[in-house]
Amino acid sequence: MTEGEPLIRWDWIGSHLDEIGFRLLQHVELTAIAVTVGFIIAFVLSLLILRIPRIEGPVTWVTGTLYTIPSLALFALLIPYTGLTLLSAEIGLVSYTLLILIRNIVRGIRDVPADVIEAATGMGYDNSDRFWRVEVPLATAVIIAGVRVATISTIGLVTVTALIGQGGFGFLILIGIQRFFSTELIVGAVCSVSLAIFADAMLVLLQRRLTPWTRVAG
Amino acid sequence: MDPGGRVNIFVDTFAWFTDPAHYTGSNAVQVRVFEHLELSALAVLIAAAIALPIGLYLGHTGRLAFIALNVANVGRALPSLALLAFALPIAFSLGLGLGFWPTLISLIPLALPPIMTNAYVGIRGVDRDVIEAARGMGLSEPGILRTVEAPLALPLILSGLRTASVNVVATATLGALVAGGGLGRYIVDGLALQEYDRLFAGALLVATLAILVEVAFGRFEARAVSPGLRSPADAL
Repeated sequence: MTEGEPLIRWDWIGSHLDEIGFRLLQHVELTAIAVTVGFIIAFVLSLLILRIPRIEGPVTWVTGTLYTIPSLALFALLIPYTGLTLLSAEIGLVSYTLLILIRNIVRGIRDVPADVIEAATGMGYDNSDRFWRVEVPLATAVIIAGVRVATISTIGLVTVTALIGQGGFGFLILIGIQRFFSTELIVGAVCSVSLAIFADAMLVLLQRRLTPWTRVAG
Repeated sequence: MDPGGRVNIFVDTFAWFTDPAHYTGSNAVQVRVFEHLELSALAVLIAAAIALPIGLYLGHTGRLAFIALNVANVGRALPSLALLAFALPIAFSLGLGLGFWPTLISLIPLALPPIMTNAYVGIRGVDRDVIEAARGMGLSEPGILRTVEAPLALPLILSGLRTASVNVVATATLGALVAGGGLGRYIVDGLALQEYDRLFAGALLVATLAILVEVAFGRFEARAVSPGLRSPADAL
């Protein structure tokens, strides 16, 4: 960017490993909290939707609208209330996970074949046993597919929270942009994308462990 | 923060919107809205010009299914701020400077995946019997694509364009970080100057614009799609 400045200065990376490690932890923490809290809220809302189908429309509308609001705008709207804090970042990040997670949890449970449910009932499972021991395990593949998308997009969105004083690797990108220092912004961007790819691979492994029967078919 | 603070921000923001000074000069609301839409429209048009032909062609031939489908997942993994970060050195090395160009460069890859994947999925989803019938009637391959497959895939193609447009309108906000125009200006400047009325006004404007684009596209889809096909299932 500045004349004579190389695109990447490798010595900068070597001397800033502590900083990069700290941003990695921050990025993972912001993502983990958002996806965990988002999953709990989405799971409860999905249970409600499965029990009371007529609330599906309103819930989808609200979460869809939240999903449409640009991330920077949502964070900005929260600042007068919760300030430049972790809480502001998490409220925004959690909001964005809901649409995808609810859609996949509800679809996963609904796609469980009716004969399987009948068979389970015939074997003497009561409603809650059948739900936790038959429907949820069979829905796991679809649910984890939703968690993968939610995790990948959250890791991307975390970078934007740099603007409200959080950000993980996004902080490096932002500082890189402000200082016209390409090394720092490229390191931030590459690390963020790598983290998303790594997290996605981990979730694929988790899904294989939790649903060993899909390996036979696949 | 005390409850009074919350009331104040709404009062302040309302005052900001009613102040005539915010409707004149280069920082006027209508100028920023126009810049925002201009940038977004250009990005979606360029992305569509690249992604639609590829998606339609791959869908028609059924080639490279793996790539065509996974490009959407890769697209989600690309964080918008990282795209902007990559675009900045590129724009600089091309001598395009700050602002408009790097933002445009960063928005295009964001818009490509949903357009391409939806076009691909839409075309692949067309009933093979219908295509055989068209072939039997003597239609050429481009003719089949144009008169049979594309109209049948239209709901999904349009929904891909809608996803891309909403994403682009949302992300164009970040252009303000690299000295671009658009509505992100109010948010970034509001943050920097700690002027929360300006910040809040900018956020409301961007959010409204994104929702309007979504709604307007939905209306357009409903009208553009043939009456026999009106149950569009979203691929993304």
